[in-house]
Amino acid sequence: MRMIAAMLAGLTLCVGAASAETVLIRGGKVVTNTSAAILESGDVLIENGRISAVGQNVRAPAGARIIDAQGKWVTPGVFAAMSEVGLYEISGSGAPNDASVSKDSVSAAANAADAFDPAVSAIAVTRIEGVTRAAIAPTSEEGLFSGQGALVSMSGESDSVFRARAFIMLKLGEDGAERTGGSRTATWAMLNAALRDAREYPGRYRSGQGGAVLGELDAEALAPFARGEGLIIAQVERAADIRALLRFARANPRLRFAIHGGAEAWHVARDIAAARIPVILDPFAALPDRFERFGARPDNVALLQAAGVTIAIAPAPGSVDAPQTRLALQLAGNAVAHGLDWDAAFAAITSGPAAIFGVDRDLGALAKGKLADVVIWDGDPLELMSAPTAVYIAGRAMPLTSRQTALRDRYMPKAR
Amino acid sequence: MVSRQARTPLPGAPAHGQIEFDLREAGLRLVLWAALAATMGLGACATMPSGSDTLAEPAKAAIPASAETIDPYPSTYARPASPAILIRGGTVLDGDGNELAQADVLMVEGRIAAIGPNLAAPAGAETIDASGKFVTPGIIDAHSHLGVYPAPAINATADGNEITSPNTARVWAEHSVWPMDPGFSRAVAGGVTALHILPGSANLIGGRGVTLRPVLGARTVQGMKFPQAPHSLKMACGENPARVYGERKQAPSTGMGNVAGWRELFIEAQAYQRKWRKHREKTANPKKDAESIDPPDRDLAMESLVGVLEGRVRVQWHCYRADEMVVAIDLAKEFGFKIAAFHHAVEAYKIADVLARENICGAMWADWWGFKIEAYDGVRENIPFVDAAGGCAIVHSDSEIGIQRLNQEAAKALADGRRIGLTISRGQAWTWLSRNPARALGIDGETGTLAVGKAGDVVVWSRDPFSVYALAERVYMDGALAFQRGAERAPPSDFELGHTERGNRP
Repeated sequence: MRMIAAMLAGLTLCVGAASAETVLIRGGKVVTNTSAAILESGDVLIENGRISAVGQNVRAPAGARIIDAQGKWVTPGVFAAMSEVGLYEISGSGAPNDASVSKDSVSAAANAADAFDPAVSAIAVTRIEGVTRAAIAPTSEEGLFSGQGALVSMSGESDSVFRARAFIMLKLGEDGAERTGGSRTATWAMLNAALRDAREYPGRYRSGQGGAVLGELDAEALAPFARGEGLIIAQVERAADIRALLRFARANPRLRFAIHGGAEAWHVARDIAAARIPVILDPFAALPDRFERFGARPDNVALLQAAGVTIAIAPAPGSVDAPQTRLALQLAGNAVAHGLDWDAAFAAITSGPAAIFGVDRDLGALAKGKLADVVIWDGDPLELMSAPTAVYIAGRAMPLTSRQTALRDRYMPKAR
Repeated sequence: MVSRQARTPLPGAPAHGQIEFDLREAGLRLVLWAALAATMGLGACATMPSGSDTLAEPAKAAIPASAETIDPYPSTYARPASPAILIRGGTVLDGDGNELAQADVLMVEGRIAAIGPNLAAPAGAETIDASGKFVTPGIIDAHSHLGVYPAPAINATADGNEITSPNTARVWAEHSVWPMDPGFSRAVAGGVTALHILPGSANLIGGRGVTLRPVLGARTVQGMKFPQAPHSLKMACGENPARVYGERKQAPSTGMGNVAGWRELFIEAQAYQRKWRKHREKTANPKKDAESIDPPDRDLAMESLVGVLEGRVRVQWHCYRADEMVVAIDLAKEFGFKIAAFHHAVEAYKIADVLARENICGAMWADWWGFKIEAYDGVRENIPFVDAAGGCAIVHSDSEIGIQRLNQEAAKALADGRRIGLTISRGQAWTWLSRNPARALGIDGETGTLAVGKAGDVVVWSRDPFSVYALAERVYMDGALAFQRGAERAPPSDFELGHTERGNRP
């Protein structure tokens, strides 16, 4: 049964034998992310790595470990919708950084799944804050398509990559222009050419004609996305550029797009909703720090949600910082401060990303049959002063320790 | 209830010489920008003769302590007119460690006139109902690059790092500040009422920093300069100067090169100081029939360093690693100057006892880490550990984003400290946001707490400001309303004005 579900979702999600513990979490405030909404006092039963029951008075199977969650919140694990976690230990100082591909290499063919390391210290730092899944992507320095992303677990296990080549990143706007001669006037022609190269792969390469803009490896990598078989995440901020993307999407109905950034998306919210293009955006991006973000405003998320756009909350392009993947919660809280409903904000870091990446069959909600990514919190998870008291990934209890807690404990002040 | 006291004069900078400032590099969310700046010791200069050019023709009586006389770019900031303001019934965090339930705060003529329950409103006072809300001192950011790295961030506006020499003590951050940076208005909306603008951290000595009021609509930086606030000198430890100059095959390229660089500069500054001292002695006791006494040539960089040696310019030292901070402390002792604060200080928790003993503030982030090797050992408890050791803990931003919600960063540090068993009150946590940065900047005689007589720098929060949902509803600067949520009119920055087609602002 589990195998069927995984196949349907296209996942290779693994629920190891070690996770077979049966756990009943009792009496917490349960955020289900389903039509059941929030149960003020509910139970969540975890069996064989999946959720087997959610509701009132769930009976404890024999041998179940029972956790009293009275006064606590119980939620799905947080899904970081845009991250680089697992691609480096530290980003700067000339240390190895697999999130960045320099020129004279590949672009679209860069593949996050090939480089992901579940043992980097930021993974434990991230998961003890309640983040259980992440979408990660590399950035190549050239080419409009800057690399393929992966969906990963924060379990630290060897099977953490649960979907490779889950999406591909596309640079539009100012960053895209930089890659096409410094001008948007060249961007769309080169985008069309890249997609054509990919669609005509391998023919034009075998014939010796070669690609108009893409090398063979990049054309091969882009091919499934160019056929509409994968999600293209376009980094785009300005309203005019978003309109151009919407026109492009209409002209290329097979392609599947999401937007990352969208600082001025509020301006074209209804059109984005009509095009059914989800937006991954950052409530902190409220400064005109780029010309393309001139119209940035802190209630962008609320305005998009009100217009019916599927949203996810994550750092804006240029702000993605692997060690701080945990800030997704603070970002969501700030969206609430600026007008977004709490439920929508929490969904935007759980079920929203799961839906955008096509893994909502398994993730993003507390419901029977879902993978048991469950977090117990000592308060409202979006609040700055709350923290997890337990984190389960696919039913397995995670230790609430990290390199940071080890450092902290070494230097703990003596009792005063 | 406390009665109104006489206005407290701003003390001279050396009075707060125990506080040090650090320079940090600003590696931020978007760009690596570091700024360091040192400012002149304006407070101390107040006792000097007026007239900016007395050096050319030395005065017979009062001789300036150094080549600097008065600030040649003086503040033109003036407190805006305002009726008396009585904020009633809020939960008050006074910035000095205390929390008062259902208390009133009265501001008269720009000053805190009284704080306590059931204050009477003076005639003509405007009364604000703050029941259910929180009232705090304005937030002071000890580390910002607003104005010098403004929005929009394009090549031409990257004005915060004079990356042309490892020693640029001659430059002043205030001469790069663009008053129209849209970031200032966002900072005020986040409850900020004073901020210290530093040059970046590319250089061993980046230049002078300046303390500003975020005056919305100010036409000039002089119109924003915090009156009488001392200048700082931004210095930078660690990777940044060694990387920037090492890549150019020039000194410094290593940590040891950094230290040698500072030592050589301060040796030079001591010689410069002696030269001027000798000159002052001569001019103070002129021999009969003496020829006219030519003063030594002025050197702007040396003036900044002598300002440090003489305690008029406060050192703000960007330094991440514990071991490098302790070397910096020894270096300061070698040359006899004080460090006001180490900035970033990601490893301050490892030497919290030393910082407390040396009376050096740590200006820190709540949880930013991992973006470079010297920020690799970050822990969430850095701020509370410094606080628990009895030190001067500061929440700083170094970010045009972070400055909009420093209260949130303090909330994280507060929670993390409590979670490991430290007893930290909300009132104590607010000292990290106002009193302690005021100390580091040498403006604590003027602001930073709600003590009677201090400036009316007050924020009314919609709810507990350690909640992510809290917003600053009203921000008072010097007793006048600087921001009211929901009542925003045209954007204060000319840069943002008139883009009506973008639809978000009138």
